[in-house]
Amino acid sequence: MDRVLIQEADFNVDVELEYAKKQGDVGAIVIFIGKVRDIAPASHANSIFLEHYSGMTEKVLSDLCSRAHARWDLSSITLIHRIGMLTRNDNIVLLITSSPHRKSAYESSQYIMDFLKTDAPFWKKEITESSSIWVEQKESDLISVKSWD
Amino acid sequence: MLTILYFARLREVFACQSEILDAQPATVRDLIAQLVARGGAWQAELGGARVFRVAINQEMAQLDDLIPVGAEVAIFPPVTGG
Repeated sequence: MDRVLIQEADFNVDVELEYAKKQGDVGAIVIFIGKVRDIAPASHANSIFLEHYSGMTEKVLSDLCSRAHARWDLSSITLIHRIGMLTRNDNIVLLITSSPHRKSAYESSQYIMDFLKTDAPFWKKEITESSSIWVEQKESDLISVKSWD
Repeated sequence: MLTILYFARLREVFACQSEILDAQPATVRDLIAQLVARGGAWQAELGGARVFRVAINQEMAQLDDLIPVGAEVAIFPPVTGG
């Protein structure tokens, strides 16, 4: 069974991995973790604030998982996205895709992250000691999604 | 009656998280025109070259989509999660 969660708390990769191992016919597991990068290396006060559209986010992520299941033979998907204030090195997103076979686990992981980047209503604001700026969507993310057409 | 939600940068620029509109614009395009007519930040953000997205009842929408009575409409910048 899939696990799709949006939460402020950090996730425990070991616990989530153990869960994924027990879901159906598992021959391959791919784990993706997105983290907060060093926004302003000279500053100690860098962090990000993650906002989302409660309700719509859950729908978009569930729909994305359904589409991945329709496209690949997957045993389960775990998708956990954090919100709120996060600082350098903190985890942002965990995606575990498991499948009987390696290729499906790899490809579906990329597919889900590509579409999460363009479709899921999350917004990041970068905060340093001197400024706070809402992150702009990258052109490269829109191009990545088109490659799945 | 229409509920409008604003997120992220637009929420800050408009200093508004949500509002209730008594009017019932037929389409997203009509709604945006009504908001742009307020001038100022509304015109700058929604009436020019800046990119924004609209969702109706939590589904992504296009400018020509019809807005059902009592809908929840959200207006927000392109997303940046992950």
